[in-house]
Amino acid sequence: MFNIEQNSLYAMIGVLVILLFSTLIYLYKAAKHKEIDYTELKLRIKSWWWMIGIVFISLSVSLNTAIIFFALLSFLALKEFVSIVSMRHVDRRAIFWIYLSIPLQYYWVSIEWYGMFIIFIPVYLFLFIPIRLVILGETRGFINSVSTLHWAAMLTVFSISHIAYLLALPVQNVLAGSIGPVLFLLFMTQFNDVSQYVFGKLFGKNKIIPKVSPNKTWEGFIGGVVTVTLLSGFVAPFLTPLDMMQGFMAGFIISIFGFFGDVVISSVKRDIKIKDTGTLIPGHGGILDRLDSLLYTAPVFFHFLYYMKY
Amino acid sequence: MDRIIKILFFAFIVRPIVFIVLGLNIQNRQKLPLEGGAVIAANHNSHLDTMVIMSLYPLSKIHKIRPVAAADYFMKNKFISWISINCIGIIPLNRTGSSSLDELFRGCHQALDNGDILILFPEGSRGAPEKMSRFKKGLYYLLKNKKQIPVIPIAMQGLGNSLPKGEALFVPFNCNVNIGDAINVPNSSKEFNNQLKRFFDDQNLSP
Repeated sequence: MFNIEQNSLYAMIGVLVILLFSTLIYLYKAAKHKEIDYTELKLRIKSWWWMIGIVFISLSVSLNTAIIFFALLSFLALKEFVSIVSMRHVDRRAIFWIYLSIPLQYYWVSIEWYGMFIIFIPVYLFLFIPIRLVILGETRGFINSVSTLHWAAMLTVFSISHIAYLLALPVQNVLAGSIGPVLFLLFMTQFNDVSQYVFGKLFGKNKIIPKVSPNKTWEGFIGGVVTVTLLSGFVAPFLTPLDMMQGFMAGFIISIFGFFGDVVISSVKRDIKIKDTGTLIPGHGGILDRLDSLLYTAPVFFHFLYYMKY
Repeated sequence: MDRIIKILFFAFIVRPIVFIVLGLNIQNRQKLPLEGGAVIAANHNSHLDTMVIMSLYPLSKIHKIRPVAAADYFMKNKFISWISINCIGIIPLNRTGSSSLDELFRGCHQALDNGDILILFPEGSRGAPEKMSRFKKGLYYLLKNKKQIPVIPIAMQGLGNSLPKGEALFVPFNCNVNIGDAINVPNSSKEFNNQLKRFFDDQNLSP
């Protein structure tokens, strides 16, 4: 318990320092400009402390705690997804089985059964959902329900479970330990969100995908890609088994797919005409609003690492 | 002792289910009445409705929140009636229609006089999942001579999918809760029900 390898510990401390620094900036600004309402920013920062605190504690305690934490994240994400999309009433019985797939999927992770982990959702659950719906016998809206449920399972269970499997991979970078690659993925994904936002605010002119996300610009996107690619090259050898060159590639992949994860969830929200997917995280919205980029970066980073090193 | 059972029941069973397994999106929380006597009028789709409303209150207030529930259903055997009375604190209401109004409402009136907050479902029963039925008139008659008591409408959406009437399978879904402005009881049941209906209409939950 609580034996975090040196590099991962430094990375965690680094993140806490950044967070502390941001909090101090906020406090300074709030004290200086009393006339401006900073409630939203305050909520956001407070939620960051909570999120980072919960993630760091569950990663530090033990491998199984971390796996259970990511399973819980899958549960919350799946619940949010099936609650915002409109489903037929009968579908609840199929949704129940997707919930049951979560403990199984994370069990495969905990026993390091890669073969089962990688096919369980895309093959077995994929085949099983229509079977359950057929037994229910309601054919109207069948295709729609099958597709929605399968996408929900892939996004919220399959994608997120890749973060947990990073923990189960044999350790190659001894100084970083098993949590190094997870910290790397989480940090780069969130840092990409922040960089794209900051570059967009500073230099944003040309809209990149106006119909989906009117605030996203080419300048923000490119700024994020360059920053994260460069930073990853220097951080990857420290936290993952990748070397510097591979680190640049990993950063490039994370920033590109982080962007797409973000706009995919934005499209879901546009489609059903909601602003946030929920209210679980004050200042951020729902759990899917926070996990959006990670739903894409987790599987692509995992498979990049797996292909390169395992 | 009664209070301890209730607090334990809500702290360790109800609240984890409501806040972790279900998860609430609450709108207008500030409109929730914190002092009695008051009446909460909610739409009814599931046994979870009462649990969600009661979980909006801090544990220290839980004994002041009293759901009004059908005696024929919730007192039908010893086990259910023990839970209903001791863990939840229902006020049983006799639906058979044999007694006079005063006698029927005695428990409710006592609780209101005592400063409790009652939970009532003007639709009468749970009905079809995620659909509202027509409002009954009981709530109007309950408050006809107590017009100072405010009625606060609460709309809940999602629980009819989580645990609908007649099903034993519980499936987690987020529940949207919206609390409306207090309504003062007007002079006719029709007007009263129209005012209530207007609030639920805005939530797309109309009867």
